Amino acid sequence: MRIECPICGSRERREFYYQGADGMIARPDPDAGGEVWHAYLHLRDNPAGETRDLWYHEGGCGAWIVVTRNTVTHEVLGTRLASDAREAAS
Amino acid sequence: MVELKAQTPCAGLLPMTIGSVTVVEADLGVLTSLSPVGDGKDFAAALKAAHGLGAPKPGRATGRDGQRCLWFARSEVLLAGPVPDKTLEAHAAVVDQSDGWACVTLSGAGAVDVLARLVPVDFRESIFKRGHTARTLVQHMSASITRTGADTFLILVFRSMAGTLVHELKVAMEAVASRG
Repeated sequence: MRIECPICGSRERREFYYQGADGMIARPDPDAGGEVWHAYLHLRDNPAGETRDLWYHEGGCGAWIVVTRNTVTHEVLGTRLASDAREAAS
Repeated sequence: MVELKAQTPCAGLLPMTIGSVTVVEADLGVLTSLSPVGDGKDFAAALKAAHGLGAPKPGRATGRDGQRCLWFARSEVLLAGPVPDKTLEAHAAVVDQSDGWACVTLSGAGAVDVLARLVPVDFRESIFKRGHTARTLVQHMSASITRTGADTFLILVFRSMAGTLVHELKVAMEAVASRG
């Protein structure tokens, strides 16, 4: 499996550390309430198909990357810097 | 008063030649991590004015032996050689890392073949040219690798990994040499 780092280009999976679902970027307001925080911390989808998660280019440039990939075919569909994704969402 | 004697990271380990490949310790001078603030334009101008070096884009290195600037990570470059000019401090976080890195030069006809056994990056000259640099892994070690010549590479790993780096290179160099 290869991942396209937006900074370094196409690199092998072993250079990356897997963090989890990209929902971690959208941290709720501190006063959002217990249910919202519970969902943020503990509830995850487990899709068969397209998913988006956070990877860290640990053995490379040190960037956090949002990777869109397909859990069924293992195809990597796209990548972008997590900082860009957060700016686009806010 | 105890007289302490400074030792280089690879003291007693290098130089080493196996087959057509040689690895020697590189003395790069002062190593300084520079993390530009803002969009980096002021930093690039300050670096040019102070040291005559261009600020490298991702995956590139500027300068020459004795005075280099390596792209080193996201929003970070490494100045290798000169003592950093004070004017840089207004445009970047300036951190001395001189004693933090083990620096070696790998050279010879089979250098690319040696790296191919250790690093998950394509170092063939058609892809990775002189002046190209990469942050990547040597086996499990985080490393910075730069092509400085046709068959010459500069490799940096954390100083604590010096012995492991030399061992990994030795195993790979022996394997390449054994294939003739």
